[in-house]
Amino acid sequence: MTIAAEALAVAERLERSASLNAVLAWSRPALEAEALRVSRIGSDGPLAGMPVAIKDNIVTTDLPTTCASRILEGYRSPYDATVIERLRLAGGLVACKTNLDEFAMGSSTEHSAFGRVRHPLDPDRVPGGSSGGSAALVAAGVVPAALGSETGGSVRQPAAFCGVVGVKPSYGRVSRFGLVAFGSSLDCVSVFGRTVSDAARVLAAIAGHDPRDATSRPAPPVQVPVPRADLRGLTFGLPTEYFPPDLDPGVRAGVDRAVALVQALGGTVRPVSLPHTRYAVPTYYVLAPAEAAANLARYDGVRYGVRRGAGLDLRSVYRATRGQGFGREVQRRILVGTYVLSAGYYDAYYAKAQAARVRITADFEAAFLTGVDALLTPTTPTPAFRAGAKMADPVQMYLADIFVSAVSLAGLPALSLPAGRSEGLPIGLQIIAPSFEEDRMLSIAATLEPHLSATAEVR
Amino acid sequence: MTAWETVIGLEVHVQLATRSKLFCGCAATFGADPNRNVCPVCLGLPGALPVPNAVAVRLGARAALALGSTVHPVSVFARKNYFYPDLPKGYQISQFDRPLATGGEVRCESPDRGLVAIGVTRLHLEEDAGKLIHDWVPGRTAIDLNRAGVPLAEIVSEPDLRSPTEARAYLGVLKQVLVYTGVSECSMEKGSLRVDANISLRRPGGPLGTKTELKNMNSFANVERALEIERERQRTILDGGGRVEQVTLLFNADAGTVRPMRGKEESHDYRYFPDPDLPPVVLSRAWIDAARAELPELPEAKRSRFQSAHGLSPYDATVLSAERPVADYFEAVVRAGADPKTAANWVMGESMPGYNEVGAFAVSAVRLAGLIGLVKDGTVSHPAAKRVFGELGAGDEAPHAVATRLGLVQVRDDAQLGAWVTQVIAEHPAEVERFRTGEPKLLAFLVGQVMKKSRGKADPKAVSERLLTHLEAS
Ligand SMILES: [Zn+2]
Repeated sequence: MTIAAEALAVAERLERSASLNAVLAWSRPALEAEALRVSRIGSDGPLAGMPVAIKDNIVTTDLPTTCASRILEGYRSPYDATVIERLRLAGGLVACKTNLDEFAMGSSTEHSAFGRVRHPLDPDRVPGGSSGGSAALVAAGVVPAALGSETGGSVRQPAAFCGVVGVKPSYGRVSRFGLVAFGSSLDCVSVFGRTVSDAARVLAAIAGHDPRDATSRPAPPVQVPVPRADLRGLTFGLPTEYFPPDLDPGVRAGVDRAVALVQALGGTVRPVSLPHTRYAVPTYYVLAPAEAAANLARYDGVRYGVRRGAGLDLRSVYRATRGQGFGREVQRRILVGTYVLSAGYYDAYYAKAQAARVRITADFEAAFLTGVDALLTPTTPTPAFRAGAKMADPVQMYLADIFVSAVSLAGLPALSLPAGRSEGLPIGLQIIAPSFEEDRMLSIAATLEPHLSATAEVR
Repeated sequence: MTAWETVIGLEVHVQLATRSKLFCGCAATFGADPNRNVCPVCLGLPGALPVPNAVAVRLGARAALALGSTVHPVSVFARKNYFYPDLPKGYQISQFDRPLATGGEVRCESPDRGLVAIGVTRLHLEEDAGKLIHDWVPGRTAIDLNRAGVPLAEIVSEPDLRSPTEARAYLGVLKQVLVYTGVSECSMEKGSLRVDANISLRRPGGPLGTKTELKNMNSFANVERALEIERERQRTILDGGGRVEQVTLLFNADAGTVRPMRGKEESHDYRYFPDPDLPPVVLSRAWIDAARAELPELPEAKRSRFQSAHGLSPYDATVLSAERPVADYFEAVVRAGADPKTAANWVMGESMPGYNEVGAFAVSAVRLAGLIGLVKDGTVSHPAAKRVFGELGAGDEAPHAVATRLGLVQVRDDAQLGAWVTQVIAEHPAEVERFRTGEPKLLAFLVGQVMKKSRGKADPKAVSERLLTHLEAS
């Protein structure tokens, strides 16, 4: 298929999937222009015209970038993110901008100023978040791959909920230049794919050191994995803390089946302990808001975006703009973040959370030092929950990320692989690898993938 | 009335002499049209990230080393959070609990205490904010972000200064060192040097009093003046049994007053925390040693070497070492063969007035040395050499050629001199007679006559010797 034909086909699929509310911006002219641009660059790149949906917190010049926030409604970036440039260089096609929890803060994509995203298998359920729009589009077959972003599980968790592959690379593997900052020490551009191979191809295209991001690191390129014959010689750790007694039975069944498969393929499995796991969610909900409070200070209505309170004094303009421009969850996190950095509270919260982060990271390092090649865990404690179920209780919502946030704090690569279904809803198996061992992680996933029959009931 | 002791500390911000800003590639130059030198990074656009400018780090380290500070192998950029329209990101990237350097001192001459060493508390790097322009559009405030992200070093002194005059002396020496090392242009007019001053009064030896902070001084003289005014204000309050309030005061140079700052001045909690976009600045021992090795000879060292090696007076040594281009020029003249003391006189007397006016030397060091040589070997007289100097600036003609063209080369041709002397003796028999009968002052008259005949080209010393010989012989 030519790139122009590919663009046309995507346009039709985007139109048909409108009810998901997964897309915030797309247009036929933009797609045509994109197809033209990419074919000029050369369609023989490794992505060869693959359409890729882009989470709307990654800046693009052709389409607006809103972060699903009123405060950036209509905002158009004058530059493209590094990952967008790299995607095009590899022959990838920017298909559309996808819906998300406002500024990527949320686990259900219900906190979007532009309406919630529907789960492709059950419109009453959430697709997970914050990259719910990207996950839903891949699951619905609109695009084979999509970019999301992770701060604390925002790709792996929706990937598990929607039954697609979600890959979070090591912190520093992919440039953050052009990813709208939420928690800068945690943020990673991450990838959804219908298959491990699609996700790996996109990751390989966007990865690599970028002189415009001081936290990006030089490393050998990511390889598109070739499935192994078996998993002989590899040792897998099962962290006991990730299998609590109240784990959803369907999730447990799905992961158990995957672990049995690993053993059947010759992999060695043994329990390990990551004792500081229980501090991951509280640590995350101190550090991420602290960084977010500073990162979101720039949305003040002065230079760009929406301005409210015209004619009032400066302070009132700030108040009106930010009070009306940000949604409740964003405001909550800004308040939390401001609080934990305040004089007199810094040591009790921010400094303590940093110390906890060091312990959490050390847990993983210790486990890998004992000869474990990768860790296997459930990606989420439950399958996709119903819309509205956790909106009234932020802490319940935060706990949806209980198995994904520690990895983010440690900056490790991790992947969620579809591992069957429970009562029709997808289950995700999480594979966690040591820092910058994406190749090992992807090859394990590619080896398991053909055996896992992702749509099979596991309970 | 018991005496009060004045305690002053200074916070000096200098713009580092980089081509680009601290965290992006935009030009850091002064004077561009508003909002020309901006990009997504320094505008704080969504998704943009800072990348540290290595040159700024090097200049900061160089400044620190020149002040004898300890440059730390690891320092950390932090976010200083506050809202203001001139601050695009809503935070300023600065350094807080882990600055680039700590310690060090500035030695300056105090009028009452002699040479004093003023401690340097710390030196850290930070980005500048933009500038608000009020009423550029009538009734509105415009924002120019050209300065946003310009690299600054903040140098904080210990409260070691004891008078406004000392504060001014400290600033003079600090500026000299920073200009010398190429760290900063240190121009208060262009905003590349700014001073905030803290001042309090206390009983000698007693605990520190409440301090106030002074801002908005646009020259070293105004820093001194503002401190004097504030010292008087605090003294009056304390003498009257009152208490000084901790406030920030703006100096008004026209009115000669200080008044409390409004608006921005609530007590701020800046909520500093390490900037997660920027890894710690890690400097190896070798890197720091190389930065130290790269330091030029500093003014103080140069001054004493000019005295010991070149035999200059303390005054001359001070004048000639005050600015690096002058010192370099002087030494180049000496290297080109001129006697140091003569070179010093020429540089101070002839070269510096032009330099002070236009900031450059019209006559190269080599040509000046050549001219000095012409005086020394008697080719031109000293007054004639000054005329030659005036002509030298214009082109690249050699000093000797200029002297020749102007007809200023002294005639030492014996025959010619002899002819002129004989003629003068013949033309002035009366004066010759008076000289011989005991009026020696007439020799000067006769020399003058010979000089006149030579149209100034004769060497007066040779003329006088020749005259004496003739007068005694005949
Ligand atoms: Zn810039």
